[in-house]
Amino acid sequence: MRFAFSEEQRLFQEALAGMLAEQCPPEAVAEAWNGDSGRIPGLWAKLAEMGVVGLSVPEAHGGLGLDQLDWVLLLQEAGRAALPEPLLETSAVAAPLLSELGGELANEWLPRIAAGEAVVALGLDPAPWVADAHEADLFLLQAGDEIHALSPQEVRATAQPSVDGARRLFRVEWEPSERTRAAAGEGGRELLALTLDRAALGAAAQLVGLARAMLDRSVDYAKKREQFGQAIGAFQAVKHQLSDALLQIEFARPLVAHAAYTLVHDWYTRSRDVSTAKARASDAALQCAKTALQCHGAIGYSFEYPLHLWMKRSWSLAAAHGDAAWHRSRLAKLLLD
Amino acid sequence: MDLTYTAQEEAFRAEARAWLEAHVPRDLPPLDSEEGFPLHLEWEKKLFAERWAVVSWPREYGGREASIIEWLIFEEEYYRAGGPQRATQNGIFLLAPTVFDFGTREQQERILPRMAAAEELWCQGWSEPGSGSDLASLSSRAERVEGGWRLHGQKTWCTRGTFSDKLFGLFRSDPDSERHRGLTYLLVDLKAEGVSVRPVDKLDGDEGFAEVFFDGAFVPDEDVLGEPGEGWRIAMATTGSERGLTLRSPGRFMATALRLIELYRRYRETCDPRLRERVVQAWTDAEAYRVYTLESVTRIMDDAPVGSDSSLMKLHWSEMDVRLHETALELIGPHAELDGTAPEAVDGGRWMKGYQFALSGPIYAGTNEIQRNVIAERILGLPRR
Repeated sequence: MRFAFSEEQRLFQEALAGMLAEQCPPEAVAEAWNGDSGRIPGLWAKLAEMGVVGLSVPEAHGGLGLDQLDWVLLLQEAGRAALPEPLLETSAVAAPLLSELGGELANEWLPRIAAGEAVVALGLDPAPWVADAHEADLFLLQAGDEIHALSPQEVRATAQPSVDGARRLFRVEWEPSERTRAAAGEGGRELLALTLDRAALGAAAQLVGLARAMLDRSVDYAKKREQFGQAIGAFQAVKHQLSDALLQIEFARPLVAHAAYTLVHDWYTRSRDVSTAKARASDAALQCAKTALQCHGAIGYSFEYPLHLWMKRSWSLAAAHGDAAWHRSRLAKLLLD
Repeated sequence: MDLTYTAQEEAFRAEARAWLEAHVPRDLPPLDSEEGFPLHLEWEKKLFAERWAVVSWPREYGGREASIIEWLIFEEEYYRAGGPQRATQNGIFLLAPTVFDFGTREQQERILPRMAAAEELWCQGWSEPGSGSDLASLSSRAERVEGGWRLHGQKTWCTRGTFSDKLFGLFRSDPDSERHRGLTYLLVDLKAEGVSVRPVDKLDGDEGFAEVFFDGAFVPDEDVLGEPGEGWRIAMATTGSERGLTLRSPGRFMATALRLIELYRRYRETCDPRLRERVVQAWTDAEAYRVYTLESVTRIMDDAPVGSDSSLMKLHWSEMDVRLHETALELIGPHAELDGTAPEAVDGGRWMKGYQFALSGPIYAGTNEIQRNVIAERILGLPRR
């Protein structure tokens, strides 16, 4: 029994955190809201160079061949920076799915993903939306128990603007066919279940990072902002809210690592553990968003102050890949029935 | 990251499970009652005889030198088997860690085996009528005399004081001192002359508390724990354990959560459908605590200090315990108000009884308001004032 990340995993986390602090400051995220792509120009190539984009692409295809456990701390950092790049969908979810689908699809797309040259959009239940369809080179879409691979020319995408301006969502219409089918039947069902768990877990990891970023920013603010002649962080009413926010984060964070472990080792508790992690990480981020806003007061409510960037990303990811209620409902079936 | 157990740990679990399933007593009357107390003592003696009372202690004091992981496994199995609250808990979980850290060899040999064997029961003497959350304001005093100390003053809310033989607590030994300074950690014989113990019933009606009055009672020098005047620092080590792992292992809460799930299955047809989600939420509370603890014990095994993390744990388990029981009471609906003696009481009235006990959690071992201050100041670094 050893519940701790390795030194290597920690060092990779630190390296990414340092890089994002430089390359993805709040001003750059705010800028991404206004651009056509919703992304930060040039950043994807830098992430690919670091190995982050191809993290779970097998080494034979030019990636690092690492797994979900190696993703946890990196996705937390992506959340902390509110990174506006398709790291979750393309790198953490589509890449392992393509490996499992194998064949021509894997041979064609995995090297391009690792090189930072391809973005993959995912259409998976229960999410009705497809993120980043405007940038995607490949679509992996669910129809019942089947997975289909389509090119951008084979889908019609209608923008469904999100509350988070850097998160571009679409309703995608398409026709499944024999030619586009990549998996079906029992195999398809199993892959889809695993893929949903990976997506929910990735969102949960980002939510933990988002929550922590909002808490840290609020603590800094509460130490500096003075009212009635003292820092507002000295008032118990403020202290207790911030302590509760930390409590929520600290009891969600290990659940994300735990679920990543049981996913990687294919324990029978995998889906239960992922749902526990996603439900509690969503709750934690939503609570931290409210607490952060309340502790900031009016400045936090202004659009030019960046707090809303993390709040909106939190609201988006809390709703994505099954919100807390969806995952608790799945847990209820697993635990109670 | 490796979340598997070794073959040795699995064997330990199997041995504990088999023994506990065969021996855990069913339906004991409450611990804090005249009829229940001797039966609980009998159970403690049986645990000790088979070396299950203090598994993590050295063999010479009755333990098995179990690792911290094995200790967690034992706790899981103990509560899974339905084991009762431990009559010896204030001694073995609160005082013993301090005796191991600060006691002399002579004190350890004199105190620990008798404590583990339930031959000597210990209660704590922290609170006073004027000192609760503000413990450092305490005023019970220890007066220096030839060969020891004479005590004057009063302690209160001493859990199971009327059933105990000894008390451990803080006394002001330097009359000119203030706050945290000048306090001495003393071990007091409750049967000594000049000590009187008055029972105080708890919220649930059981005789769980006592007030202890000191009128010149003598405590010899050999019963000072650590150096005189160093009591605060020594005591904080004990409250650290109380808040953290030692008193509240995850096994107890997970066992309660699993019983709540069984209860839901019995009442699912009649209960409010919204309770389904509440039951799930309660289970995730227990699971979050279990997983957090795995991370926490890994840090302990790496020799990192637990520190203020124990305040986070205390907030989580105490508030979780209340929610677990609230959810159970809503599931059983009109049966919630029945006393355990009622013929139609559900599960012997354990849910209301447990609820009342759970409500003490946010108060004792440092109120949750104090814990929130500790977290804000020591972990988040917010200003004290």
